[in-house]
Amino acid sequence: MTAEIGQFCMILALIVAASQAIIPQIGASKRDYSLVLFGKYAAIIQLILILIAFLCLMHLYIISDFSVLNVWQNSHSEKPLLYKISGVWGNHEGSLLLWVLILALFGAAVASFSKNLPPTLVGRVISIQAAIGFGFLILLIFLSNPFARISPTPINGSGLNPLLQDPGLAFHPPFLYLGYVGFSIAFSFAIAALIEGKVDAAWARWVRPWTLAAWCFLTIGISLGSWWAYYELGWGGWWFWDPVENASFMPWLIGTALLHSAIVVEKRDTLKSWTILLAILAFSFSLLGTFIVRSGILNSVHSFASDPGRGVFILVFLIITIGGSLALYTWRAPNLKGGGLFSPISREASLVINNLLLMSATATVLLGTLYPLILDAISGEKVSVGPPYYIGTFIPIMTPLVVVMGIAPMISWKRSDLSGVLSRFWICILITIVAGLVTLFLTYKGPILAVLGIILSVWLISGSIADFLERIKLFKVSFNDSFKRIINYPRSAIGGTIAHAGVGILIFGITISSAFELEKIQSVKTGDRVQVGNYIFEFKGTEISRGPNYDAIRGNFDVYKGNDLIIKMQPENRSFINPEMVTTEAAIYPRNLGDLYAVLGEKNPNNTFSTRLYYKPMINCLWLGCLLMALGGFISLSDRKYRIGAPKKRFIEKNRTLGLYN
Amino acid sequence: MLRNLKPKRRRLLFLLSGIFILGISLGLALLALNEQVDLFLTPTSLSKKTIEVNKRFKLGGLVKKNSIRRLEDGITTLFIITDNNMSIAAEFKGVLPNLFREGQGVVAEGKLNPQKIFIASKIFAKHDENYLPPEIADAIKKEGQWKGE
Repeated sequence: MTAEIGQFCMILALIVAASQAIIPQIGASKRDYSLVLFGKYAAIIQLILILIAFLCLMHLYIISDFSVLNVWQNSHSEKPLLYKISGVWGNHEGSLLLWVLILALFGAAVASFSKNLPPTLVGRVISIQAAIGFGFLILLIFLSNPFARISPTPINGSGLNPLLQDPGLAFHPPFLYLGYVGFSIAFSFAIAALIEGKVDAAWARWVRPWTLAAWCFLTIGISLGSWWAYYELGWGGWWFWDPVENASFMPWLIGTALLHSAIVVEKRDTLKSWTILLAILAFSFSLLGTFIVRSGILNSVHSFASDPGRGVFILVFLIITIGGSLALYTWRAPNLKGGGLFSPISREASLVINNLLLMSATATVLLGTLYPLILDAISGEKVSVGPPYYIGTFIPIMTPLVVVMGIAPMISWKRSDLSGVLSRFWICILITIVAGLVTLFLTYKGPILAVLGIILSVWLISGSIADFLERIKLFKVSFNDSFKRIINYPRSAIGGTIAHAGVGILIFGITISSAFELEKIQSVKTGDRVQVGNYIFEFKGTEISRGPNYDAIRGNFDVYKGNDLIIKMQPENRSFINPEMVTTEAAIYPRNLGDLYAVLGEKNPNNTFSTRLYYKPMINCLWLGCLLMALGGFISLSDRKYRIGAPKKRFIEKNRTLGLYN
Repeated sequence: MLRNLKPKRRRLLFLLSGIFILGISLGLALLALNEQVDLFLTPTSLSKKTIEVNKRFKLGGLVKKNSIRRLEDGITTLFIITDNNMSIAAEFKGVLPNLFREGQGVVAEGKLNPQKIFIASKIFAKHDENYLPPEIADAIKKEGQWKGE
């Protein structure tokens, strides 16, 4: 019965979405606000319906109703509750339902928090939001129904891939989707603005918080995925430039560009049509990402079940959405009035450089991701594009970006002089040069990229700190005044500084952990000692341990530094029964921002075990950096100016007098 | 000097510098693509090609039944990669991924040594035990040796 309720709610949601796509659009063009109001209610009803459908599916998973095909394929009665729940979105159909749910959530959020927005704009935004939802509901209902039944009912499910039974991955898809789908709001606002033919600072102020929120979620989503790969896949890497990873990374890069260009629209009322284009592209790449992941068109470690029918549908949907919006853009964008001018050395110009470099980075990732497809289509030759390509193209693009990033927050709007800015940064330049020389000296004849990485990260971190100190005028005014300045420091600026410092720390972590990682591969028998840097791993043999739905061989290592036992590490080899599969559970012990990392391999015929032991210095800076980026985003999001009320009232008054609100 | 430019000129300047940056990065990308792209081969397509010693490529196929042998040092594994038509001997030093099994699909990255033995530097583990990379499934199908669904 639950499955039928869910199915019914999805169909109702489809009908509501259809009317929500059409009626408020008409209302907006005829200036009939009761029709817009209808759209607002429709958005909320659509959310409720999809939420019910989603909860129905979740219920089916929790009670393990194997008469439903999707539950049978992806669940098992002995699975822990958390993974029964996360199993809902651990598969194609369920994750699509989550996609639609989040889309409806954002639509309803715009409908509910839009009291201060011009009603015509709201009408158009929620209508476009519903049109996207309509497309995905069609895909869901007709091509990937999560509520399809099977008969006869199997006794037990076939289980969820054990690698996915992990807290990091349980929350990875929802965050990723909050990011992907969050860009739909920026997209809808962009299309609405194109139809309305009006983009101004107020428009940017409405779009930016949504974009920022989406960006933060996407940052968390990508980091969670990366973190999961690091500790769960057991080969110690955290980013593989896999097509599916790239699929999430491209929207992130464009989202980052959008975030920055929206600042220019907001503060300086220029770069408008560019920002609109970015908003369209950010969401287009989210759709492209969904297509790449869901169609199985590219070879990837994320081998989701693929289905050509779905692939074709998503491709057609993609062409209509991206093609349609770009066509609308070419038609309407020239009507947008350009704004203020700025000199080549100004905050605007630095943000333009940011955008250009981020877009170039996106283009190279796109090229690398699609190149095997293109070449296969042209010559039939199979190739794979691996990390060396991405590293080779990314570093030259990111280096100037980081250099500009270090000083950009201190460059003033409109026009500024470089020597003035640099003179305020002399101390950062000095610190950076010293850090570079010290690294060069310490790693004599070592990896030159390590020196570059250190220079960039030190430059960015010291620049962020200098920016902060400059703004609070430490030592230039009394401590009391400085303190007051900290209190009154706008949160959007603090957030930016923290996020930039986060990028610096991230680069530091990447550099040190990849350049100075220690790896030892060997076979060991009980009593063997292996030295990894300053640490000695003593193998104490194995034992059998039982988990809730697996058996494990557990290896025991005593880890010494000098003569002190610092930790016992227990990597495992888990054998799951449903589905039958073996996974490696690495043992990780964080120490001084680095990690000791031990993996137990297979048992050899002569009773030894293959093992891999690592010391990964500063690897935790990587996660810390990502965390700071997301944190900076959220702090920026909490800025007063984005809150409903305060600064907009004046704007509304102005518009009231202009007769925009009746 | 730049300040005195007319707005139109200035916009043109920005446009040109944008195209310049994009051009450079795309040039870099294409250059890197030429150098850094790995061929994806099966034993059959490898036999039809001449691959230089020390040229890195990816080899995909099935691990031949009863072909896995472990050397005394405990970390070197010898095995045979096959597409049921041609086969090639491979050697890997390191800890094998859990999904490396006889009769299962495998993708390895590595080089040929002068004795034409494939020295794998990486073995790719996939998330799914039934996973056969589409490239390999394709290739095996093409050779008319497909025994799957």
